[in-house]
Amino acid sequence: MDEIFGIPAPLLFGQLLLGLINGAFYAMLSLGLAVIFGLLNIINFTHGAQFMMGAFAAWMLLNWVGLNYWVALILVPIIIGATGVLMEWLMIRRLYKLDHLYGLLLTFGIGLIVEGLFRNEFGSSGLPYQIPPQLSGAWDLGFMFLPVYRGWVVAFALVICLATWIVIEKTRLGAYLRAATENASLVQAFGINVPRMVTLTYGAGVGLAALAGVLAAPIYSVNPQMGSNLIIVVFAVVVIGGMGSILGSVITGFGLGVVEGLTKVFWPEASATVIFVIMAIVLLARPAGLFGRA
Amino acid sequence: MNLTRRGLVVAGAAAAAWPASFSGARAQAANTIKIGVLNDQSGTYRDLSGPGSTICVRQAIAELGSLGFNVEVVQADHQNRPDVGSTIARTWFDRDGVDAILDVPTSSVALAVAGIAREKNKVYLNSGAASSDLTGPACSPNTVHWTYDTWMLAKGTGGAMVRAGGDSWFFITADYAFGHALERDTANFVRAAGGRVLGSVRTPFPGTTDFSSYLVQAQSSRAKVIGLANAGADTINSIKQAAEFGLTRRGVKLAGLLVFITDVHSLGLQTAQGLVLTETFYWDLNDRTRALTQRVRANMPGNQPPTMVQAGCYSAALHYLKAVKEMGVAAAKASGADAVTRMKAMPTDDDAFGAGAIRPDGRKLHPAYLFEVKQPSESRGAWDYYKLLQTVTAEEAFRPLADGACPIVRG
Repeated sequence: MDEIFGIPAPLLFGQLLLGLINGAFYAMLSLGLAVIFGLLNIINFTHGAQFMMGAFAAWMLLNWVGLNYWVALILVPIIIGATGVLMEWLMIRRLYKLDHLYGLLLTFGIGLIVEGLFRNEFGSSGLPYQIPPQLSGAWDLGFMFLPVYRGWVVAFALVICLATWIVIEKTRLGAYLRAATENASLVQAFGINVPRMVTLTYGAGVGLAALAGVLAAPIYSVNPQMGSNLIIVVFAVVVIGGMGSILGSVITGFGLGVVEGLTKVFWPEASATVIFVIMAIVLLARPAGLFGRA
Repeated sequence: MNLTRRGLVVAGAAAAAWPASFSGARAQAANTIKIGVLNDQSGTYRDLSGPGSTICVRQAIAELGSLGFNVEVVQADHQNRPDVGSTIARTWFDRDGVDAILDVPTSSVALAVAGIAREKNKVYLNSGAASSDLTGPACSPNTVHWTYDTWMLAKGTGGAMVRAGGDSWFFITADYAFGHALERDTANFVRAAGGRVLGSVRTPFPGTTDFSSYLVQAQSSRAKVIGLANAGADTINSIKQAAEFGLTRRGVKLAGLLVFITDVHSLGLQTAQGLVLTETFYWDLNDRTRALTQRVRANMPGNQPPTMVQAGCYSAALHYLKAVKEMGVAAAKASGADAVTRMKAMPTDDDAFGAGAIRPDGRKLHPAYLFEVKQPSESRGAWDYYKLLQTVTAEEAFRPLADGACPIVRG
């Protein structure tokens, strides 16, 4: 059998693909963070809790209302995004003029509270959520079995990332947003309601986290801790990509997923650490991140 | 001036009253047994131990009625971190006058607390942790390991899988004391039964959510059985993702070496059906377990029936307080080792585990049960999850005394 670095080639290809799948989650979550940081200058530490809320909302829609996965895919980002709008309107907007640290502390605190409330209500073991019947089963790729659902996650995440990038970089709305980040009062002078735009941007970033939560529900245990496990890694991804860089966070998300996947083969014990080692190196060599502007 | 004088009077009265109330409190403390329930209140093991364990301890106290002394219960969250657990244990023993620590899931924390309980000569009744080292190299005259251990799980589930033809294994192991012990004990059984271990992979704990990479590695080893030497959310994610990758459909068997009923509840019967597992307590096992469940369930979080860890806390508290009553509060408080010795001298009997005993190395003995998770069509209602495959007697279920390498019984 063909071997690469002592690892059978089929196994290696399989791991690359799995890395890409995990990278899809990193990319979607870091995308939301990058959008929020880029336009609001808020380090949104509630992101993990919002991801978790997305998964729980999908579960609630199914078990309490009887609405399936496909409906959840549309409804959940809107519902959880609306909670984000409310949160921005009630609390976060009071912190824009202060140091980053205040926004970080507020969102981190809210994240802990939300996680605690869900733990009290639903316990810590998690809830079952089945893969939708249309996406169950697996493809035989020769070198591995690829569950249809994982393929769907990668494709869907790529489309969402691309769409977000197009909206921000190529449309008039995106141009307003980018202009408002540079000079909010000037944009306001042109008759654009900047505060409302910022509120809706936060809602959209939260909606992205919730959407990732719906995608994750059939794969991971739907439990209150699911977000906090992921969020630290995702922050490292954002830092490596460059805070606020949209394209950077997407490429880094997928790239680090692959690096982590390979680590799981060559040195499994280090797979939880490798991303942070890369982060340290990037911060030393390029403090603004790989795609950031210094 | 007037105010100051009144203030002086009050202060004087307080000073006069203080020594009296202080000595009153001391007398009170001398006649009080203080039990500390130390476990995971906020993480992955919360549902299987957590507040439910404290509720089961309180249930035991309530059932004993008037003991002639007071019993106080405190609880704390060790966050599955040995440093946090050690600090709480020291504070409890040194400052708060705790006499016995109960539960302590997470083997790394459990081993750390065992050392402290021995150093301070207090009582340590472990229900939540799995590592068989607690009655092996790390055994102590102050420790009783109550509910289950890795050797028992390895023999129960591992033995059953090998008997059913699963003679080649690959382990997915949580990279800490518990996972290592469970993998070691199971691998020994597999090899002793003529099976082979084809490989293993150590997954970072905590913090691993995606097991697909490890499952694909396991699959490419062509092992017939994938042994899951992990617990809680790790096991749930492993089983869920193994089903997703169609491993079970293609004939690979999963051995969930430590699966609690709360994990099955989380997986749902659709995913968990057919899983073989070993427990020492199941709420619907017999009339006594059903009676206990009925008494305690209304107070449990989410009205869930107790897990074997929580039932173990009930049973351990019950037996400890009976021993204290026999030997007297003063003697029990003076020496934790003496209290444990008394506990070992008395036979145990309760609704959770039936009749049993505690061995000189601190191993609590009772039967273990091999269960299979029901199919959704077989389940008659909420939490009706297991069917009994086999009962293993107490003598067979646990590691023989001579094989444990426990220093306190060798001499």
